[in-house]
Amino acid sequence: MEHKRLTLFAGHYGSGKTNIAVNYAVMLANEGKKVCIGDLDIVNPYFRTADSKKVLEDAGVELISPQFANSNVDLPALPAEAYRLVEDKSTYGIMDIGGDDRGAYALGRYVPAIKAEGNYRMVFVANCYRPLTGTPEEALEVMREIEAACGLAFTDIVNNANLGPETTPETVLSATAYMEQLSKLSGLPIFAHTAESAVAEQLKGKLTPVISLRLQEKYFDLPSQKPGNRPLWG
Amino acid sequence: MAERVLMKGNEAIAEAAIRAGCRHYFGYPITPQTEIAAYMAKKMPKIGGVFLQAESEIASINMVYGAAAAGVRVMTSSSSPGISLKAEGLSYIAGSDVPALVVNVQRGGPGLGGIQPSQSDYFQATKGGGHGDYRMIVLAPASVQEMASLTIKGFNLADKYLMTSMILADGTIGQMMEPISFEDAEVETYEKPWALTGTKGKREHNVVNSLYLKPDELEVKNFQRYERYKLVEENEPMWEEFMMEDAEYCVVAFGIASRVAKNAVVAARNEGIKVGLIRPITLWPFPKKALEAAADKVKGFISVELNMGQMIEDIRLYTGCKRPVALCNRCGGMIPSPDEVLEAIRKAQKGEF
Repeated sequence: MEHKRLTLFAGHYGSGKTNIAVNYAVMLANEGKKVCIGDLDIVNPYFRTADSKKVLEDAGVELISPQFANSNVDLPALPAEAYRLVEDKSTYGIMDIGGDDRGAYALGRYVPAIKAEGNYRMVFVANCYRPLTGTPEEALEVMREIEAACGLAFTDIVNNANLGPETTPETVLSATAYMEQLSKLSGLPIFAHTAESAVAEQLKGKLTPVISLRLQEKYFDLPSQKPGNRPLWG
Repeated sequence: MAERVLMKGNEAIAEAAIRAGCRHYFGYPITPQTEIAAYMAKKMPKIGGVFLQAESEIASINMVYGAAAAGVRVMTSSSSPGISLKAEGLSYIAGSDVPALVVNVQRGGPGLGGIQPSQSDYFQATKGGGHGDYRMIVLAPASVQEMASLTIKGFNLADKYLMTSMILADGTIGQMMEPISFEDAEVETYEKPWALTGTKGKREHNVVNSLYLKPDELEVKNFQRYERYKLVEENEPMWEEFMMEDAEYCVVAFGIASRVAKNAVVAARNEGIKVGLIRPITLWPFPKKALEAAADKVKGFISVELNMGQMIEDIRLYTGCKRPVALCNRCGGMIPSPDEVLEAIRKAQKGEF
């Protein structure tokens, strides 16, 4: 897998951008690279890059996060140091962009520098099990809205087809036709497939390349919430 | 759309409402429920529905009142401070006996409070909020699947009993994502002969109103309304029991708190403590029978809440203070950890309430 100096993850909200950005950053760090991840999400109030602070620290990844992330201040402001992601060319920069076009507006101010350097990958994170991007055509619409909002065109697609804890290898494999159609419609290559580590293990030899994701445990995960179990509802 | 889909709690409410036949949404943005409005803004124009962002919460609840009077399925959604603004409209809707669905994705309060999850609007939802004698059916989802299922149920109940159903969720369930499906949803439809649909010169005109010039007429209206509420109390309480068969202690928790509490119950069982959990799904009507039955056999209750202790009063009230009730709580946007709940269970076992 060839890595660009800058990798940007954008897409529909809830498509899995943050999880992938965090895992990708850790993967690069494990390869011995100097990595910095920036949370550029100005939309999402909960479940942010900063939740993975410990994992990132342990891997030696630097985290740039809005001052008010995960606090009670609902302020769409980005820290000045976020500029380092585009300016410090000695470091691999990972940018976690907010969902949809609304989340991508904030990226716009960094776009001239990103384009000038010309060493980036702008990745569209796609999950066909999200209802508002349930068809390749709908995903393409979101893609175009994001590009219009930030002024940067996508270069790649990541197949992040998943149903949360219910994801099986079949869940990912049955998304192939959707992803190929999205690739055809947009003219963009599928950069990678992603899956939670246990599922990723079973996808070996069936899809390449697969990025194995380590997902965070949440305090509200139910005792019964193992893969294959349905949430409680009689 | 695939059979199983991955949705945020807020989106699940919006999609379920559309599937329940709701084509009228009026709202005003507020964190952490904005995805409901965003979903409606995207979807409603494509299916011939109305999405309208009003100039305020007060305007939006009155638009709901108007649409409800016209007999259509209608909803609004907000979060704690926004619901306070809607309180006057909720009272007018109750006083006019029209059905509506109102969603409160709670955040920390009082005042402007914060944007992190909370359950501190329990009193407001179950005891009134607006003025006058009235009730709302209050549904407390504990999963994304229930955000969808209870939204459809809420529309059905509102139409059946001519009152407001409130979905009382919290920021975490609004924001979290889980796989769900819609196929089990049963949409009921009810005739609405009272609705303002135009007489077309063929019938007497209908009146929807909450103003009564004669006190005796207003009294009769209230009596009639409470006869209906009695039916709701008899027929509609919903709850879940978890490990209650041989329980000596009973944790009571709803919504997100119940998920944390469940982990604590499992941990306590591993230590040999016989503890179970009752999860009210309807907060009004409160699951009185379940609590009464538990009070007959357990040594005490532990109320786990994301507030300063609100449901604990109903646990005491509905069980006639038969057993001691301990409070395990966090507030202001904080959530108790399973360990904190486990510690409260251990204390209860030692008789510390």
